[in-house]
Amino acid sequence: MPHRLIRFGFSRKHPEPRMFTRHDSLKPGYDVVIIGGGGHGLAAAYYLARDHGIRDVAVIDKGYIGGGNTGRNTTIIRSNYLTPEGVKFYDESVRLWQDLGEDFDLNLFYSTRGHYTLAHTDSAMRTMRWRAEVNKHYGVSSEAVDAAFVKRGIPMIDMTCGGHAPILGALFHAPGAIARHDAVAWGYGRGADRRGVEIHQQTEVTGIRLQGGRVAGVDTTRGPIATSRVLCAVAGFTPRVLDMVDLNTPIYVHPLQAMVSEPIKPWLDPIIVSGSLHVYVSQTARGELVMGASLDPYELHQTRSTLDFTESLSAHILDMFPFLGDVKVNRQWAGLADMTPDFAPIMGLTPVEGFCLDAGWGTWGFKATPVCGKTMSHTVATGRNHPLIEGFAMDRFARYRLTGEKGAASVGH
Amino acid sequence: MKIMTCPLNGPRPVSEFVYGGEVRHSPDPDTCSDAEWSSYVFDRSGSPGIKYEWWCHIASGYWFIALRDTARDAVIATYPVETVRQPLEPAARA
Repeated sequence: MPHRLIRFGFSRKHPEPRMFTRHDSLKPGYDVVIIGGGGHGLAAAYYLARDHGIRDVAVIDKGYIGGGNTGRNTTIIRSNYLTPEGVKFYDESVRLWQDLGEDFDLNLFYSTRGHYTLAHTDSAMRTMRWRAEVNKHYGVSSEAVDAAFVKRGIPMIDMTCGGHAPILGALFHAPGAIARHDAVAWGYGRGADRRGVEIHQQTEVTGIRLQGGRVAGVDTTRGPIATSRVLCAVAGFTPRVLDMVDLNTPIYVHPLQAMVSEPIKPWLDPIIVSGSLHVYVSQTARGELVMGASLDPYELHQTRSTLDFTESLSAHILDMFPFLGDVKVNRQWAGLADMTPDFAPIMGLTPVEGFCLDAGWGTWGFKATPVCGKTMSHTVATGRNHPLIEGFAMDRFARYRLTGEKGAASVGH
Repeated sequence: MKIMTCPLNGPRPVSEFVYGGEVRHSPDPDTCSDAEWSSYVFDRSGSPGIKYEWWCHIASGYWFIALRDTARDAVIATYPVETVRQPLEPAARA
């Protein structure tokens, strides 16, 4: 076996199949160009090829696939949102997640854990009951539970949270899950690649050509592409791409940081979220604690890390789990969150004909990856917004029809 | 950015300040169109650039203007509000 491995290492041919085909050059034109090779862009490419028979698609990314927010989130999947639009949309996503691993023939480490949103005040308990009722109305498993239930589910928690934020109860969402985020991007990428989609990494968009108010092509650092349909799925870089087609949106960009601890013995099964303490935490299959807090407090287009963040998040984690005092933080990172005023995405067709947008995913985009791919591929293929995303249309602001989603992660509410 | 120079209190740690958004000027509500007004209410300049922003020093409750590069996280200058009674010129986009 080692002999074979050495021969393999020295051979010029690598017979083992690679995840993706490497394309040396761009074609002069494609049916559809998808800007952004993250989970959302690759999922849209996958469903375009699989469900709509549109295979002449290029996915272009200025970095590498899954290197943006797809690889920077805390991998939580849930559907216990507050507004009917949100609940229906994310519930479809949770359903799509279930059989994705089989679809891809790739282990996504999809792990259903149960998800607790802790309530430390009476008013928070009231919101939890409200969310539970909205969820149940749409058939989502979700219930308001009392303090004893929380203690049974999370025996290691300090129910007083350091004495200053006693836990009164929680919203318990049994289908809450985590998954391996890189595998999601690779799975969608490989599935799209096998169906004829071209993935071009290290290819930055420098401009979008318009002719008579509609898309005519995309200019990139590796040459121009002619196309009549563009899907923009670039998260924190959305405003820069929108500047190329002269569209204004309410999107503003703040960094969102997260960190991970050294691996420790499995002790935390469910996913814990506390809006009051600005904490969400789960334990991965490797034993690391993945922890996140709230958005950075001001606009910034940079993925730097701060000590302020580590300090305040650690303090809140210790409020809940004082025994973690000796555990070390291993890594810390940030992503650029594209935020909207109503904490809901901006999706679908735009006033520029042929230019579709999948943006405003701020702090809640990973869990929606499959359903975004599904609905955006439908929108691109048919030229009409998918019914599930009608509430997220770009013109809702001009009509003062905001969605009022307060179930989003990492936002103060 | 770890330290910001407050026009009133001098250099202070950035954790003592809160961000109040970009300095913007409202269109005249009596004469502007509905589209202009909703665009003023909701739309933001989301791209990175050098922008005039409202900041407040929390401890003293003092609001002032900072010129900041949102790509590099660097404060270029800070001004008391009194010195900028005239509408600020839109900063050059970096």
